[in-house]
Amino acid sequence: MPEVLKAPLVVEFPFTRSLGPVQSAFLTGLRERVVLGVRTADGRTLVPPVEYDPVTAEDIRDLVEVAPTGTVTTWAWNHAPRRGQPLTTPFAWVLVRLDGADTALLHALDAPGPDAVHTGMRVRIRWAAERTGAITDIACFEPYDGDRAQPAGHTGEFEDPVTGIVAAARLDYTYSPGRAQTAYINALSGRRTVGERCPSCRKVYVPPRGACPTCGVATSEQVEVGPRGTVTTFCIVNIKAKNLDIEVPYVYAHIALDGADLALHGRIGGIPYDEVRMGLRVEPVWTEGSRYPDHYRPTGEPDADYDTYKELL
Amino acid sequence: MSKEPVAVVGIGQTKHVAARRDVSIAGLVREAARRALDDAELTWADIDAVVIGKAPDFFEGVMMPELYLADALGAVGKPMLRVHTAGSVGGSTALVAANLVAARVHGTVLTLAFEKQSESNAMWGLSLPIPFQQPLLAGAGGFFAPHIRAYMRRSGAPETVGALVAYKDRRNALKNPYAHLHEHDITLDKVMASPMLWDPIRYSETCPSSDGACAMVLTDRAGAARAPRPPAWMLGGAMRSEPTLFAGKDFVSPQAGQDCAADVYRQAGITDPRREIDGAEIYVPFSWYEPMWLENLGFAGEGEGWKLTEAGVTELDGDLPVNMSGGVLSTNPIGASGMIRFAEAALQVRGQAGEHQVDGARRVLGHAYGGGSQFFSMWLVGAEPPDS
Repeated sequence: MPEVLKAPLVVEFPFTRSLGPVQSAFLTGLRERVVLGVRTADGRTLVPPVEYDPVTAEDIRDLVEVAPTGTVTTWAWNHAPRRGQPLTTPFAWVLVRLDGADTALLHALDAPGPDAVHTGMRVRIRWAAERTGAITDIACFEPYDGDRAQPAGHTGEFEDPVTGIVAAARLDYTYSPGRAQTAYINALSGRRTVGERCPSCRKVYVPPRGACPTCGVATSEQVEVGPRGTVTTFCIVNIKAKNLDIEVPYVYAHIALDGADLALHGRIGGIPYDEVRMGLRVEPVWTEGSRYPDHYRPTGEPDADYDTYKELL
Repeated sequence: MSKEPVAVVGIGQTKHVAARRDVSIAGLVREAARRALDDAELTWADIDAVVIGKAPDFFEGVMMPELYLADALGAVGKPMLRVHTAGSVGGSTALVAANLVAARVHGTVLTLAFEKQSESNAMWGLSLPIPFQQPLLAGAGGFFAPHIRAYMRRSGAPETVGALVAYKDRRNALKNPYAHLHEHDITLDKVMASPMLWDPIRYSETCPSSDGACAMVLTDRAGAARAPRPPAWMLGGAMRSEPTLFAGKDFVSPQAGQDCAADVYRQAGITDPRREIDGAEIYVPFSWYEPMWLENLGFAGEGEGWKLTEAGVTELDGDLPVNMSGGVLSTNPIGASGMIRFAEAALQVRGQAGEHQVDGARRVLGHAYGGGSQFFSMWLVGAEPPDS
């Protein structure tokens, strides 16, 4: 069996977050080197704070300042930091209960090695030099053997509070289209369109996905279709998409290649956009170095009769 | 043993807008849930379980947001379920909640759905750069526009029908204080003159992008007896799905949608939906889906749906009003949009729909669909309990 294709797929987006009153105060506090928690109905102080009481479900807005010093409640050594983590050298992930808090905050502890870390050790916040109102305003924690710091009793009211943040997310995948689509993609590089026939319903799937979605059985019999086909339906796209180098307007069409039982999607060219019609007979136009036809153009044949493609819209 | 009848006794929505920058996601869902509890005159302690729905996690980039929303929804120490069926999720979430009551697993269930579209970009979330694939599409409109053209060809509908739907729904939205779009100066000419985005879809025939949440309190017969306001009763509810693409798929009138509607009508004893149902909240993200779904749902014969729209039958004062609330065309927090349809249907039979109330509405359909016309969920609610 030929090798299955693989390629990296990176999904990343700068998501935005509206913070609401409690997270706004917490992150603005970090910017000002103040750590705020919330006091619950049963008198506990939660750090990081939440908006709603975990026991009573009522709103909680009673902000309380806690100390920048605290105690490690548990930890794990990170031998090989990855991109985007708080420190570039090996460090400990720690849960720290800050002095004055009843719950622990997850962060990084800068320590020379795992032997230098233990549950119960005293630590303090190392503030980032530039702070914007984000959890990264705490650069990390560091070992600390001084006195417990005394919070100043901040009210949580700030000038110019942070109300939103950008939370960039990135996921790295290795994408594989699988056996059937690999065969389809490899055939395309020879400018042939090859689908697969379902052994049960005999329908030809283009592109093939290795199984018939109707019958639920694997497909393997390869069938070359096209190159000509029929425009079964279409729209005229007037919006220029970002990162898509196609001039608008263009026609985006469903094209039933001859021999296929399902229309595939392609762009129509070689004809004014407002003359494209259902039933138009088309053929692919290839460009050097491209895996897919650049577009489909009219063949000059008479239009197909509606009845011949009405099941293929 | 027969099923427990299911009643809607509380409904809450946020005022849907383009961006709710003043609240977190938790604050947004909380607001709708709180309003539903207030409507039912219940407290968090009265809720036995929470069922929440939203569209793909990529839309806000929070993995499994239900985990962090447990506090906000009073779900600590209670069962909490998350449902996901793409755009139909608001409907299927309500049905999962209703089934828990119908099966007597729980007495009173809080169900809600939300989307905070301003935190991301749904068009991006739906068009990831998959390797080896040719980038062609231009968002959901580019996906649905060819199917609309197919409907126009198949039915012979005049080109103006889509604009009539948009004009109607935007006017209905003016009577709904929770609707996102309030276009006070809307005219049919303005709809017709708006730019073609994905011909045959005009700009004014598309839905907005909204931040919003919707919540309902569902309960059993005993809970309904204690309710301070008239309940809406579920007379039938069903979900159906089919593959996104398969040979022979009918995008104009998918089999799964027809089967789903038929199941709901069978449960409710409806034999002539056009005469026996007083109104419908139908998931119409692009205006032409009104006539298409009127046919799919059995309100009109094949190729005849547009005639109801054109004749004014689906207007607020017509004899089958559709999308009295202004519909998805006026409000679209994606994950919540299906539940808003279900909740608006319930508001109508409770007589609580305010300015967009249909006089004497006794049986109203709520409908949602999602994916590539792939997931369907519907319920029929009535002013009277089933079998009474």
